[in-house]
Amino acid sequence: MTAALDDLAAAVLAEVARQGGPDAVATVRAETAALALTRFAGSAIHQNVVDERTTVHLELTVGGGRTAGSSTTRVRDVPGLVTATLAAARLVPRDPDWPGLGGPAPLASSGTPDRATAEASPADRAAGVAAFIEAAGGLSTAGFLQTASLTAVLLDTAGQHVTGATTSAACDGIARLSGADGVARSMSVRLADLDCAALGARAAAKARAGVDAAPVDPGRYPVVLESAAVTDVVAGLVTGQFNGKAVVDGTSGLRLGEQQFDPAVTLVEDSLAPGAIGLPFDVEGTPAQRTELVRDGVPVGLTTDRRTAAALGRTSTGNAGEGSATWGPVAVDPALSPGSGGSIDDLVAGLDRGLLVSDFWYTRVVDPKRSVWTGLTRNGVWLVEDGRVVAPVSTLRFTQSYLEALAPGAVTVGADVDPQPTRLGGSMGYNRVAVPALRLAAWNITGNATG
Amino acid sequence: MMSPANEMVDIGSASFDAASAAVEAALAAGARYADARLVDRRHESMTARDGDVRSLTQTTSAGLGVRALVGSSWGFAALGDPAGDLDARRTGERAAAIASASAAVPGPPMELVAVPAVQGSWASECMEDPFAVPLAEKGDLLTGVTATMRAAGVAVAEALFQAWDTRTAFVSSEGARIGQHVRETGAGMHCLTVGDGETQRRSYPAFRGQYGTRGWELVRELDLPAHAERIAGEAHALLTAPVCPSEETTLLLGGEQMSLQIHESVGHAIELDRILGWEAAFAGTSWLDLDQLGSLRFGSELMNITIDPTIPGALGSFGYDDEGTPATARDAVRNGIWVGVLAGRDSAAVAGLDYAGSVRADGYARLPMVRMTNVGLEPGPHTLEEMLAATDDGVLMEHNRSWSIDDRRLNFQFGCEIGWEVKDGVRGRMLKNPSYTGIGPRFWSSLDMLGGRAPGEWRAWGTPNCGKGQPGQVGHTGHGAAPARFSGVRVGVRG
Repeated sequence: MTAALDDLAAAVLAEVARQGGPDAVATVRAETAALALTRFAGSAIHQNVVDERTTVHLELTVGGGRTAGSSTTRVRDVPGLVTATLAAARLVPRDPDWPGLGGPAPLASSGTPDRATAEASPADRAAGVAAFIEAAGGLSTAGFLQTASLTAVLLDTAGQHVTGATTSAACDGIARLSGADGVARSMSVRLADLDCAALGARAAAKARAGVDAAPVDPGRYPVVLESAAVTDVVAGLVTGQFNGKAVVDGTSGLRLGEQQFDPAVTLVEDSLAPGAIGLPFDVEGTPAQRTELVRDGVPVGLTTDRRTAAALGRTSTGNAGEGSATWGPVAVDPALSPGSGGSIDDLVAGLDRGLLVSDFWYTRVVDPKRSVWTGLTRNGVWLVEDGRVVAPVSTLRFTQSYLEALAPGAVTVGADVDPQPTRLGGSMGYNRVAVPALRLAAWNITGNATG
Repeated sequence: MMSPANEMVDIGSASFDAASAAVEAALAAGARYADARLVDRRHESMTARDGDVRSLTQTTSAGLGVRALVGSSWGFAALGDPAGDLDARRTGERAAAIASASAAVPGPPMELVAVPAVQGSWASECMEDPFAVPLAEKGDLLTGVTATMRAAGVAVAEALFQAWDTRTAFVSSEGARIGQHVRETGAGMHCLTVGDGETQRRSYPAFRGQYGTRGWELVRELDLPAHAERIAGEAHALLTAPVCPSEETTLLLGGEQMSLQIHESVGHAIELDRILGWEAAFAGTSWLDLDQLGSLRFGSELMNITIDPTIPGALGSFGYDDEGTPATARDAVRNGIWVGVLAGRDSAAVAGLDYAGSVRADGYARLPMVRMTNVGLEPGPHTLEEMLAATDDGVLMEHNRSWSIDDRRLNFQFGCEIGWEVKDGVRGRMLKNPSYTGIGPRFWSSLDMLGGRAPGEWRAWGTPNCGKGQPGQVGHTGHGAAPARFSGVRVGVRG
């Protein structure tokens, strides 16, 4: 497959040279993606899809800053793609901030895809779903099991030529009982790493513990956030705060180099880490690297592409994505380092009175600069008193600054990292966020099921 | 704009042949029903920032999506740019094989509600093809308005144009053969100002632009240049404006914010797949119970919501949905009573309903699923000026800034870009960081005045980025809306 993509990318680049001459500067990315996803609801498979495609992406610049980008699944018409893109580039105004290409740069790795995951069949996925359902012990279940593979080749006129591949598998499901939902989810490079039965059993246990939930009054509560909820906090921070475009725009509230977070907080972006699922290079051809974002509570890094890096006087961290011009360069494999807080039970034991939260839902930023988000709890909340879970709580709305929630003195980090699927961008549908549970000193609950 | 088969829609017979081959192969492989869509979609997007074009992207997404039903189990297979009938047949066979795998974990027996097996075509109205407008003209427009805003001193000024051109050949095993050509266009702009520990944002004409199944004429009518300096000035003024008070008060909403209120708290709530629990693990469910269809009070007497994919130029308009069901208008809420849902052929059959027509897919590679079309509020008997004059104490809010609602579509919280105090019938000082929260049916029951009588107050707003589904799909929906007034609403939620 790689050879065919190589040939395809090379053909596009040769056509750029033929039609555009020496003035044309281009980056070509050819990729083949296979995304297979089996959904279930009411303990039956109700949607089951496979999407296979090869796509060519072309970014072409003439005149030192007149740039057009294009992509197509119609890969047999290389001349047509180049003709249209070249014509577009010649018609748009010159961008004085065009950052240019990066030139040859070697990869640290070409990726660690898992062949069995790439070749997983609908029957394999159905078996995983059946295991989840069976383990839920008769409770109604819903969720999905996904397998995905991606192979990509990138060439540019400055001499960069890189190849990479990756796979991923994710299982995410709920069990339902008398109005209570419990959730369990996990993600890995390998389908074989997912224990769908264990996830089903865990979701069912959560649902059983959530029956007869009652509201609590709004107010500030100490909380223990399980990994699913922590994933939302990390996603909010990497999209809105550590994103180089947010810093350029002035909407990030980061204070680089200051003790802005609790010393227990260390956050990295690392598509080269064992278990990471990102490609080993970004859409500009910059090799992936390990980027420290927070070290012992001090924000020390940002994710950048070539444009934001130039604007900030930095070098690209290899986080250019297809939507970077609009949304900025965002981490694709963020990981929050484990701490000394032990298990979730240990974290709960440290609460005098507070809430244990499984999951967040529909979180949206209210104040970008302070990273104030509003959203709701989902799939279970429990009241904790004297270090013990005492009662399930119904859905709550919060309005909370994620930056302030992680302030010095406010955070205890759990010891167990539980990789979670979430959407941060890219062709694989889901990204993997490696996070432990957290205990936080305060979380601002601003509403409940009654208003 | 209905037309006889393929008279106005230029879709080659080869596309129908490939789709037919896929359907036949799926049936031969054991499917009892199959349909196929051969879709060719172009998308063009241009962004500008601070006076310069920042990106221009043109994409072509062409391929085949096949749906097969084996027993009560579905399978779906998609292939980019099939090379011919052989590829098409293999994709059909694969869809049937996936459906057979689904049958390992089957649901209850299921039928599809009947729809006419149409052989026809449809094209959206388009006065000026957006792809034929010179890129230089588009660039001049976007760079011009961002330069104007930047010159007015804002920190960031951005503008966006997008257009889609989608041609679809649909074939079903029941004999449907439909060609469809839809062109969609939209544009918008916004600016940011940065103060001491805060940012403020103003947009025009909506926070993500305005879109419709129209051509470049829509962009011309928006007249972005006429509004650039105004929103820049408002973004500056917001930095020093007082914060929206935290209280329970009378709330007046502008039409654009009303469109999102409808989208989130009504449109998604009446999706039948949610009501049936099919989206329980992801998009969520609904507080609505089918046993109460036809009797449940959703809102006040002023609340009349329609599901209408026939509105000319609205973003959620089409001739046929992606199951081949002809576009038909129907009521969702009439005089405050819930009476209709967004349904597909399978979900409607499960629910015991006799209509479908709201199933759509995001391109060839995604499974058609229940989606909003145009879900809108009919205009009311008042004007915004009358609502202001009738309000002793309240807040007027316009243009969405953030939105959040729970997985049953009950508890919502919205933030807006700008607000104004309303005292003794007069719009007063500007307020920053306005927000409000509530519970869906309680909120809609507090609707006590509804605009739309004044020219231009009611408008079909377009939402180009409605997310749903796994794998993720982006839907394009329309929402007719006008300014409205609600009593006793909690505003000014603090973080």
